[in-house]
Amino acid sequence: MATEKDFLTPVLPTWCPGCGNFGIWTALRQALAELGLEPHQVVMSFDIGCCGNGANWHQVYGFHSLHGRPLPIAYAVKLANHDLKVITISGDGGGYGEGGNHFIHTCRGNIDITYIIHNNHRYSLTTGQSSPTSEHGAKTKSTPDGLIEYPFNGLQTAITCGATFVAQGYSDEVVHLKELLKKAILHKGFSLVDILQPCVIFNEKNIREQYKQKVYKLEETDYQPTDKITAYQKAAETEKLPIGILYQEEKPSYESQLPQLAKMPLVKQEVKKEDISQLLEEFK
Amino acid sequence: MKTSKNTKPSKIFTYKIGGIAGGGQQVAGLIFTKACVRGGLYTFDSSEYPSRIRGGLVTYRVSISDQPVNAIYKTTQLLIALNREAFDYCLPDMTKDGVILYDSDKFEVKPGETKGVKTYPLPLAKLATQAQIKPIAGNMIVTGACAALLGYDLEILNEVIKNTFADKGQEVVEMNITAVKFGYQYAKANFDVDKFPYKLKPINKNDQSIIVTANDTISLAAVACGCKFFASYPMTPASSVLERLASWAHLTGMVVKHPEDEISAMHMAIGAGFAGVRSMTATSGGGFALMTEALALAAITETPVVVIESQRPGPATGLPTWTEQSDLAYLATAAHGEFIRVILTPGDPWEAFYLTTQAFNLAEKWQIPVFVLVDKYISEGHQSIDQPDSKKFNIDRGQLLSDEQLAKLTDYKRYQFTKSGVSPRAIPGQKGGVYLANSDEHEEHGLTIEGFDALTRIKMVDKRAAKLAGVLKDLPKPKLYGPKTAKLTLLGWGSVKGPVLEALKVLDKVNYLHFSAAWPLDKAEITKQLKGVKKIVVIENNHDGQLANMLEQVGVKITQRLNKYNGAQFFPEEIIELVSKLK
Repeated sequence: MATEKDFLTPVLPTWCPGCGNFGIWTALRQALAELGLEPHQVVMSFDIGCCGNGANWHQVYGFHSLHGRPLPIAYAVKLANHDLKVITISGDGGGYGEGGNHFIHTCRGNIDITYIIHNNHRYSLTTGQSSPTSEHGAKTKSTPDGLIEYPFNGLQTAITCGATFVAQGYSDEVVHLKELLKKAILHKGFSLVDILQPCVIFNEKNIREQYKQKVYKLEETDYQPTDKITAYQKAAETEKLPIGILYQEEKPSYESQLPQLAKMPLVKQEVKKEDISQLLEEFK
Repeated sequence: MKTSKNTKPSKIFTYKIGGIAGGGQQVAGLIFTKACVRGGLYTFDSSEYPSRIRGGLVTYRVSISDQPVNAIYKTTQLLIALNREAFDYCLPDMTKDGVILYDSDKFEVKPGETKGVKTYPLPLAKLATQAQIKPIAGNMIVTGACAALLGYDLEILNEVIKNTFADKGQEVVEMNITAVKFGYQYAKANFDVDKFPYKLKPINKNDQSIIVTANDTISLAAVACGCKFFASYPMTPASSVLERLASWAHLTGMVVKHPEDEISAMHMAIGAGFAGVRSMTATSGGGFALMTEALALAAITETPVVVIESQRPGPATGLPTWTEQSDLAYLATAAHGEFIRVILTPGDPWEAFYLTTQAFNLAEKWQIPVFVLVDKYISEGHQSIDQPDSKKFNIDRGQLLSDEQLAKLTDYKRYQFTKSGVSPRAIPGQKGGVYLANSDEHEEHGLTIEGFDALTRIKMVDKRAAKLAGVLKDLPKPKLYGPKTAKLTLLGWGSVKGPVLEALKVLDKVNYLHFSAAWPLDKAEITKQLKGVKKIVVIENNHDGQLANMLEQVGVKITQRLNKYNGAQFFPEEIIELVSKLK
């Protein structure tokens, strides 16, 4: 059986020392190993940016795609081979900005993909511009006078658009995050795990202190993730930040509703000359 | 293609019906066309319509012959004008000895208006009441009247009606048959049908030819050669590929996805290709503009993908429902960076079938993006052709590693440096094949490199570029039609083929070199083929002369360019006239 070390490549991370991404990386590797998965059974598609560079140190079938585009890649991989576990990694910029349209419509389809957002509220690899989740008034390199817009709420959007598993995690709560990711991966349908991730370079200096004070675990409250309205309200909290599953429901996944896939995955069907004589009838 | 021993120029009969959109003229026209083909005749049709669903002028035109016909002709022998707009628009194409039927319940034709062309009134609303049929079947009264004028076999027509309306129930079938019969008898009684000089006779009452567009044959080819995944966002004139493949999905087992946009469609096609499935997308120029970034992604990750691009006049929204060949130069250079892509350019539905099967082979063998570039004229115009022959294509998936082969490898390198430029592929799910498909420049395993590792960068660029030699060998060579030696050689790509071949039936000492693959160009092959050619005239359905420009870059000396960019394709008559002046 694979251990978390089997999900490592020889490449060492290029992330900054102290980056929140390390916690996500560790939690994910542990989650995959604890779920009994082997590296070749997992496909991960990656956004561009700090999180996307992680493609190089995840030992799985990887697809490091273009900025904002890892979801359609993952979507098709799942349709081509639904035996695979498919996980997509994006940042808040790629996931909610450049790839916002894909995000909305992938939620609608409820395809069985786990979507992990490394949410550091900044474009960090391009050296610190504002992102769709940056706070109102944020002074960044691209908004020196302060950001006029209000932040995009990925959790609320996912609930609205039909995602069937919506969760918030915190990268420093590695054990909690690992358990959350396991549940998300096991969930049959589209799961979003939006992870609060400190950027030690472009967030405020005391970002970890802030998260430490604000973050609380939903499992330690009597919250039940079964109602869209309360989940929507929970997702709006900013003074305190809930981590755990905000919303979950059982609904048929996209690929499970395709009769074409009922017998076996597409990729396992032999590629050969097909008889088209029946189709030709309609052209006579 | 069908061949006939009779090689003398055939008589062409062209029939055109025009009226408001939603008036049923396309249905009526296609039924008549099918009846002709069932009777062993040959047809080529085309429709003109505006970018709206109801109202506005719609025409359907078909050229019919007892010899293979490769294009629609401009000169019209029989016109059915269902409203004034259609009458005014179509009148200039009428021959003197032709006939115009017009809906006299809608408008009147003034004496002298047609300059001697015979007209017959057809009061469709009144006739529908008399025949006790719904007004919607009025188009079948028209069809019956045409059959009477042409002396065509009603039995065959009724068979086609039965097939066409079978799923709408017996009542609809009978109503349409009644309408045809009524129209037929009305024409016999009221028109001087014997004086109409154009007659059509069936030559084989159970012909098994098919009537297809290039979009139809592309769809059929995708099914036939094992394409299992298709993602596409609707855009005229490519949409019918999506519609066809979606409607067949239960039968074929293909997964057909209509995603949120073209960006997603192209990335999905690439994702499925990466996952080991033959996959395809289809769009028009504007949709491909959105796919452009993903083309580069397919290139650097060396993922096979087939892209159908059906052109319409641009730029931007352009003329959405009309035709042009103006995206060739764009596709040849689309996306940033340097990489190989192939552009196959079928000239007709028959060629589109085989080139699509070849597109999948090229994409998988060379692990590159491959286009099949068509246009509205052949994407939506039907031609009668023989049924495709599955013996005439093969399936080549290129270098795919088996589980056993992978098990023997201790260090699998997905992007291993090879002489041909192609490295064996593993498919996600295979043990021992784990790798990274990387949009960043990478080393042989797919792991990201920086410019500090300049040697690897150079070798990786060279590896991808090395495929060109092999790709060129695999591409279909330009094909010469007409006499081996000629005073003038026409040269073109894609859908100009049809009208040019028709023109060659008349033009003396003119031949045509057809490019079924317009990119990349094989300089050595072209030089060989054009050796000794006196006059080279490049004919294109665009303004710039895009292939002409590309040919000049490989040293071809072009005598003249013929370009048309009014939204319509060339007519054979126009080519005959233009080329006659040049000779």
